[in-house]
Amino acid sequence: MKNFEYVIKDELGIHARPAGMLVKEAKKYESKIMISKDGKAVEATKLMALMGLAVKCGQTIGVEVSGADEEAACEAMKSFLENNL
Amino acid sequence: MRKYIGKSVYKGVRLGRMVVMKDRNEPVKRKKTEDPEGELARLYAACEESKKQLGKLYEKAVKEVGEASAAIFEVHQMMLEDEDYLDAIHSMIRTEQVNAEYAVAVTGDNFSQMFASMDDEYMKARAADVKDISNRLVQNLSGCKEIDWVEMEPSIIIADDLSPSETVQMDKEKILAFVTVHGSSNSHTAILARMMNIPALIGVPLELDSIKDGMQAVVNGTTGEVILEPTEEICQQAQRLVAKEEERLHLLQNQKGQETVTTDGRKIHLYANIGSVKDMGYVLENDAEGIGLFRSEFLYLGRSDFPTEEEQFQAYKQVLQMMAGKRVIIRTLDIGADKQVDYFNLGKEDNPALGYRAIRICLKQPDIFKTQLRALLRAAVFGNLAVMYPMITATEEVADIYAIVDEVRAELDEMGIPYKIPEQGIMIETPAAVMISDELAQMVDFFSIGTNDLTQYTLAIDRQNEKLDDFYRPHHKAILKMIRMVVDNAHKAGKWAGICGELGADPELTETFVQMGVDELSVAPSAVLRLRKLIREL
Repeated sequence: MKNFEYVIKDELGIHARPAGMLVKEAKKYESKIMISKDGKAVEATKLMALMGLAVKCGQTIGVEVSGADEEAACEAMKSFLENNL
Repeated sequence: MRKYIGKSVYKGVRLGRMVVMKDRNEPVKRKKTEDPEGELARLYAACEESKKQLGKLYEKAVKEVGEASAAIFEVHQMMLEDEDYLDAIHSMIRTEQVNAEYAVAVTGDNFSQMFASMDDEYMKARAADVKDISNRLVQNLSGCKEIDWVEMEPSIIIADDLSPSETVQMDKEKILAFVTVHGSSNSHTAILARMMNIPALIGVPLELDSIKDGMQAVVNGTTGEVILEPTEEICQQAQRLVAKEEERLHLLQNQKGQETVTTDGRKIHLYANIGSVKDMGYVLENDAEGIGLFRSEFLYLGRSDFPTEEEQFQAYKQVLQMMAGKRVIIRTLDIGADKQVDYFNLGKEDNPALGYRAIRICLKQPDIFKTQLRALLRAAVFGNLAVMYPMITATEEVADIYAIVDEVRAELDEMGIPYKIPEQGIMIETPAAVMISDELAQMVDFFSIGTNDLTQYTLAIDRQNEKLDDFYRPHHKAILKMIRMVVDNAHKAGKWAGICGELGADPELTETFVQMGVDELSVAPSAVLRLRKLIREL
């Protein structure tokens, strides 16, 4: 299992469009990817649950990746977040 | 052959095929099912169909409004693949043994509740997205297919009633006439018909289920008749009437390029009303001398999120440039009452016409207002812009508006963005504004009288209530006295006054208005040449 934390820099937080892109990215990997905020964790492949976290600018999210391709999936998540959120 | 009679809200004759727009807002009924697996199969098929439709919408939107605004349809597609959403629908169909439509509707409500209860404004707006996709699924399940405007042949639109957000999605080129079972004379169907110069009938007692898409009909907006499956003889008769109408229209063409002046030399500014950039074709075709009412709220309708400042700026700029120095009066957002937009989350009101609408929303939610004002001030650089504010009842409101305009101006200054302060006027559409028009005239550059709302508020008649059509007396003395008072008060302060409501195009009142000293009439583009002819003969 691999995990890291990330602070959202996008003004609108994880809004609809990047949430959709994040789901797409997460679906590329076999590993289970969980996104958490304030103790609540959801699967990164579930769009509505992800939007339901209502992550805003400046808030910290936790990312937890576990599975066969966790190394690659974790790196991909990191670079996705850096580039988009 | 079957004949029905309704009330005509715009004249003209057309013949052609019909297409029925089914009511999409009918509540979904709960039904027990013996075959949950069959319901699940229907659900999958409807999901696939919905995704296909959204894919098409996405491609269309990319071409028309750009990638960023189109992305919402892609998100909608992904929402339709959401595991939690689909799981909830599945388990409901299985455990409660209900029809797929019902399971979708309930699940859609639950999920949209979740978003609506968040304390984040942006996420709240997602509630509308969930509702949207759920409605689409239900429509596809129940076989009420959306009209494919690209493929459709020009048709007579048949509906129970039409809302502004439905009409805004229509391809105007493909509409021959409107026929609705309900609706009132002042509905937006009527406004649209006037704009497009096509016949429209309301209150026609049709049985929608008995009409199949593609069936022939003749619509006569002069007699109020609709004839389904007409005989050859009736068709020929209709064709002759259509030809005559075209000839009359052709004769009006010599009014183009003429000045709108009375025989004793009084000049009247004859402007046109529009709802979007798309209507500009009608304006130029009919040689209007300006835009007297650009209903900017149509930029906000028929979509799932606010138009950005840039989108608005481009639309305003385009209209200003097309009018090439002629005056363009843009009315700021007039949402609420009969024009509802999901993502505003306005909530239900017992009395929407007396409710939270127009300038009241703008003053309470200045962020929305400021976005529009920034777009307007920036666009003002590109032509002769005037801005007017709707639903004014007090001088304090005008002062509050000016304070917000000052804030916007300061922000633009700070950022070094070029802008111009346009002429600023107000709509006179409440009796209160009429009574204090002497004071208001000191504060603004012009008045534009919105006779539809002014009549509704003065005669205490809900425009949307078809039962009251008989009591709606547009020529009521009270209204005419008010118009005179407003014009007099404007002139005393050295300002000008116009009329942009339906009354402005009423040929029976043109002479009265000219005598009262009305400076400007703004009417549907199709009425411009007809009125010019009338005024030149006065």
